[in-house]
Amino acid sequence: MTFTLPALPYAYDALAPHMSKETLEFHHDKHHQAYVTNGNNLLKGSEFEGKSLEEIVKGSFGKNAPLFNNAGQHYNHLHFWNWMKPNGGGDKLPGKLAKQIDSDLGGLEKFKTDFAAAGVGQFGSGWAWLSVKNGKLEISKTANGESPLVHGATPILGVDVWEHSYYIDYRNRRPDYLKAFVDHLVNWEYVESLYSKVA
Amino acid sequence: MSSLSRRRLFTAAAGVAVAAAAPRMVFAQAMAPAGAFKLPALAYPYNALEPHIDAKTMEIHNTRHHQAFVTNLNNFAKDNPQIAEKPIADVLANLSALPDTIRTGVRNSMGGHANHTMFWEIMGPNGGKAGGEVLAAIDRDLGGMEKMTNDFNAAGGRVFGSGWVFVNVAKDGKLSMETRPNQDNPMMDGKLALFGNDVWEHAYYLNYQNRRPDYLKAWWNTVNWTKISERYAAAKAGKLAV
Repeated sequence: MTFTLPALPYAYDALAPHMSKETLEFHHDKHHQAYVTNGNNLLKGSEFEGKSLEEIVKGSFGKNAPLFNNAGQHYNHLHFWNWMKPNGGGDKLPGKLAKQIDSDLGGLEKFKTDFAAAGVGQFGSGWAWLSVKNGKLEISKTANGESPLVHGATPILGVDVWEHSYYIDYRNRRPDYLKAFVDHLVNWEYVESLYSKVA
Repeated sequence: MSSLSRRRLFTAAAGVAVAAAAPRMVFAQAMAPAGAFKLPALAYPYNALEPHIDAKTMEIHNTRHHQAFVTNLNNFAKDNPQIAEKPIADVLANLSALPDTIRTGVRNSMGGHANHTMFWEIMGPNGGKAGGEVLAAIDRDLGGMEKMTNDFNAAGGRVFGSGWVFVNVAKDGKLSMETRPNQDNPMMDGKLALFGNDVWEHAYYLNYQNRRPDYLKAWWNTVNWTKISERYAAAKAGKLAV
């Protein structure tokens, strides 16, 4: 398959003031587009041509760094746009997921704190994650284009902590960005839809 | 008016306030916890590198990002004074000797402190041109100024995520080029940076956004070759600290 850039599932200004129109324009139209363009160029003639995106991400990890970086970031961003929505966040989670967060992660409040701490603790560019591994939820962080997908887990929520994701709106204040993300942006219905596929 | 053009106006306004910019840096130093590690004072105002690097970027980069590394180091030093007692080069070359609890933190923060201390020093307005021994070494070891510049920009462009691109100097004066991720510094492998450029997005995002190649190209206008010549001589004399 070749990679294509999907349209954002909401207007560019729909996440303001937590994430500005300007940030989404650069992030989606420039950064994500570059991963798509570079990924397609690197895919051409490689052993991964014709494979699914997840197969490419898993197969190129540790084997073909340039392709992995771009394919990994394409995978991460495809979900990232859907992991957010206007008037997201909040405490009303779909029942099954809420129960699992209670039993595996000590409840929603603790999850929010630990998830944000994972994002703050990721030194340099990368992501913080909520994923499912062997039926259990876990929080993790990865560098650059990596995701739990290459560590035997299925990501169901991720937040981009590359500086391009928040620098225009928050400058150096990554903790403020992460708080806004969990409080106002998370699309829990999409998280639940991914969770229900693997749980 | 878009928020982008608003920010440019704000940046321009901040640039005019040279006198106001300098005391802010002193204020940031005064606010830091007492400790052995200190934020070095810039030898030029925040707007001195405009239009290539804007005043707002310089201010945040210096008083927030670099300050955070200094603050972290002073916190680590409270229980581990040895990190402040030895030269930075010795600590960074022997990270494995540190307790597990602080090793990664010291690697990141002391690497960041060393990188940025060098970075502020090798930039400045009216930096002149490469000459003398440094230019001869660039010709000899890196294929001349044009090739070195092109290779340096290409290497900086290839760093995926946060990191740095360096030209290192050996004790015999030989130059070499390398990139490192995050805040790693050549001293971690017993090498020494002659100069380097920061390709973390915070170094250029307000002015260049996703256009890192444009930043890498423009950055050469901010390089202080007089300082680099001094550093080259110091390195050969075994006296270059960071």
